[in-house]
Amino acid sequence: MDALLLSRIQFAWVIAWHILLPAFTVGLACYIATLETLWWLKKDDVYRRLSAFWIRIFAVSFGMGVVSGIVMPFQFGTNWSRYIDSTANVVGGLMAYEVLTAFFLEAAFLGVLLFGRKLVPQWAHVFSALMVALGTLLSSFWILAANSWMQTPAGHELIDGRFYTVDMMAVIFTPSFPYRLMHTVVAFMITTGFVVLGVAAGYLLHGRHIVESQVMVKMSLVFLTVMVPLQIVLGDLHGINTLRHQPAKLAAMEGLWESTTHVPLSLFAIPDQQAETNRFELAIPAVGSLYLTHGFDVEVQGLKAFPADERPPVAIVYFAFRVMVGIGLLMLLIVVMGWLAHRRGRLYSAPGFLRLSKWSIPLGFVAVLAGWTVTEVGRQPWVVYGLMRTADAVSPSLQTGDVALSLAAYIVSYLFMFGGGYVLLRRMVQSGPPAAEVAEAQQQSAEAGALARPRRPAGGRRVDAGAAAGLPGAAGPTPAGATAAGAAAAGGSRGVLGGFVDPESRAARPLSAARKPDADRDSRPGSGTEERR
Amino acid sequence: MTSLELVPLWAGILALGVFMYVLLDGFDLGVGMLFGLRSDPQDRDLMVASVAPVWDFNETWLVLGGVGLMAIFPLAFAIVIPALYFPILVMLLGLVFRGVAFEFREVEGARRWIWDTGFVLGSLAATLMQGVILGNFIQGFEVAGRNFAGSSWDWISPFPLLTGVGLVFGYLLLGATWLVLKTDGELQAWARQMSQRALWGVLAFIVLMSVWTPMSEPRIAERWFSFPNLLWFSPVPVLTAALALTLYRALRSGRELLPFLCAFGLFFLSFTGLVISLWPYIVLPSITLWEAAAEPRAQGFLLVGTMFLLPVILLYVCWSYWVFRGKVRAGHGYHG
Repeated sequence: MDALLLSRIQFAWVIAWHILLPAFTVGLACYIATLETLWWLKKDDVYRRLSAFWIRIFAVSFGMGVVSGIVMPFQFGTNWSRYIDSTANVVGGLMAYEVLTAFFLEAAFLGVLLFGRKLVPQWAHVFSALMVALGTLLSSFWILAANSWMQTPAGHELIDGRFYTVDMMAVIFTPSFPYRLMHTVVAFMITTGFVVLGVAAGYLLHGRHIVESQVMVKMSLVFLTVMVPLQIVLGDLHGINTLRHQPAKLAAMEGLWESTTHVPLSLFAIPDQQAETNRFELAIPAVGSLYLTHGFDVEVQGLKAFPADERPPVAIVYFAFRVMVGIGLLMLLIVVMGWLAHRRGRLYSAPGFLRLSKWSIPLGFVAVLAGWTVTEVGRQPWVVYGLMRTADAVSPSLQTGDVALSLAAYIVSYLFMFGGGYVLLRRMVQSGPPAAEVAEAQQQSAEAGALARPRRPAGGRRVDAGAAAGLPGAAGPTPAGATAAGAAAAGGSRGVLGGFVDPESRAARPLSAARKPDADRDSRPGSGTEERR
Repeated sequence: MTSLELVPLWAGILALGVFMYVLLDGFDLGVGMLFGLRSDPQDRDLMVASVAPVWDFNETWLVLGGVGLMAIFPLAFAIVIPALYFPILVMLLGLVFRGVAFEFREVEGARRWIWDTGFVLGSLAATLMQGVILGNFIQGFEVAGRNFAGSSWDWISPFPLLTGVGLVFGYLLLGATWLVLKTDGELQAWARQMSQRALWGVLAFIVLMSVWTPMSEPRIAERWFSFPNLLWFSPVPVLTAALALTLYRALRSGRELLPFLCAFGLFFLSFTGLVISLWPYIVLPSITLWEAAAEPRAQGFLLVGTMFLLPVILLYVCWSYWVFRGKVRAGHGYHG
């Protein structure tokens, strides 16, 4: 163990946790924007309830994504200072543009999206949802441009170990960038799609939140029907691109040692880096060439065509690739099962399909991690492919003990933080969307409470927490509503219940009134701020 | 366009970014630390609610500062950040726990005391470490060639630890005056009291710094006390004294916005003083802004977008703050 290896482990640790959040929030931001737009145009309250539900989950996930994301740029400085000194002319601007175009946009409109529903006109709230979604997409654009340049560098010249830009457009639009961008963003969207599908399937299995869940299943299944096959096509194109520009990575993905035509499709093997061969291999002859080159007669370079010190760790890349592709095929199967259930008129009740969907919630995340492993480990031993070695990028001042200490701190903190976040997200999912039926009762009792004590409702958080503790597991519309309404009647309408009570006020009112926030702002319970007069 | 023209402009833009961060996340972190001194759950909720809609935006200025330094002055980034390995680690982890607390503590059934503790300690750790980072910037770094040549523990010395404590008082002042602006009643009265205490701490620290830095760094003494610089820079201490007096009076006379603006002004003057002391160096004692700068083409590429985007960013930050103007109320309509 030395500072280099520990720094690599540390980078892998912090980015692997971080990437789980964009994998979810990029798609979820788009889903929320869709729901808000539908609610605005169609006025069907189910979209507002769904949006309110997912916005709260988004808020927690996005918070985790933001704080783990701030760690990332500083990693380049703390542990990879030689990389920055060498490449900042080229990649620095791309990352700075990510901050300027994406982070500020997300952050500014996120506040309004989370807290501002009653403070701004509805079109402005919908606009905020769209801007947050746009921000996450712009962020993906810039960071994947920077990553793609490291994979397939272009548009630069290398003078005395430092990179200088020659053509900025060529730096941004490197050969692998369009494929990587589309493949990654679609992967993020699919990940979110399976979370939405799985959450809804879980409710349907327990007979809860029927109306909301049917909408979610319908929306996600249609979406995934387009996206999953599209992703398989994009993955194929990305693979062909890798074959052309990063042949060593592709050879590792296939576990291919000898250069050959008629490449076999390797189903299983244990690649042995030292012996330069695969053990226990199970392969179908010639099929590999079919998807790699779309023909049989083109020669594909094997790993032996590259010097031993320019090959990536084969086994990691080989297995990660199989995990990713396997999950892709499994996803396709689930989509097909959904349509079969639909044909039998049992989309919302087929237990097999619903159970499989529920279990498929983590699939997208695992696939994203596996895909990221393929592309990043497959790039080794280079940090800038073919031009700068990872070993030359590490900060020279670091001692082994320094990095061991920081890595331990990151491991403990992240396990604690992400573990806590996971438990809380699960709990929020178990509670489910706000119920529609009890809207009026809640509204009235909450208003009564608010009128009686405009500043500090008695009971406060403790009452709410007590009511909330009864929710998980028993949060079907009726029992949850009863508990919630009871707590509201007891005078507590803050914190947790704020999330339940406030949205209902709109549902309980005639739409014409609900669309004039200024007119009824003062009468709302729990308004975030008071207008200055 | 040559780099000679752009470097001062970029230094100004980055200085603005860092100042925006210190000012805006400064009051967030200050509220986070004050949160630990207040036990009433309702008051605590109000304190969190007063910054919940804006903290993410405020923190983004830190990312801009870090990534801007990386993009425009990469050599400085490559030397300073490894040198500050542990302060940056602790600051980041502090910001992690501070940041997730906003959302985690609101989830039904959450073990709130855990995340509240993280909120307070995270705010304190991040503030302390930012002060240590500031102190190290003033003290300088050991450089060999294009690398930091010291050890990862060089950051520990009396001066940076003092600036750490100083910044804690500074952020407490920002946070307390922010609460004076955003709350009323008993909580506001308490915030006034805290503002006064923090003000005394800040003033003591400013005096100490103004004596210590010129005494320990002859270059800084030369910068401030030689003629005609003395004339040009003399308004800085005079204005500082005037602002402190105004702040003190505003707190006693029940003003709500003025204390925050005065605290803002104090930070602005201290920051200006720092820039005067450092110029034209970015890594004391050896590397100037010009030596650390990225190639002119990279600067130009980023400048085109920045000139257009920065005003747009300022525009929607204003809108966002406008939406959440006024006193914060109980039950802030969370995630409605």
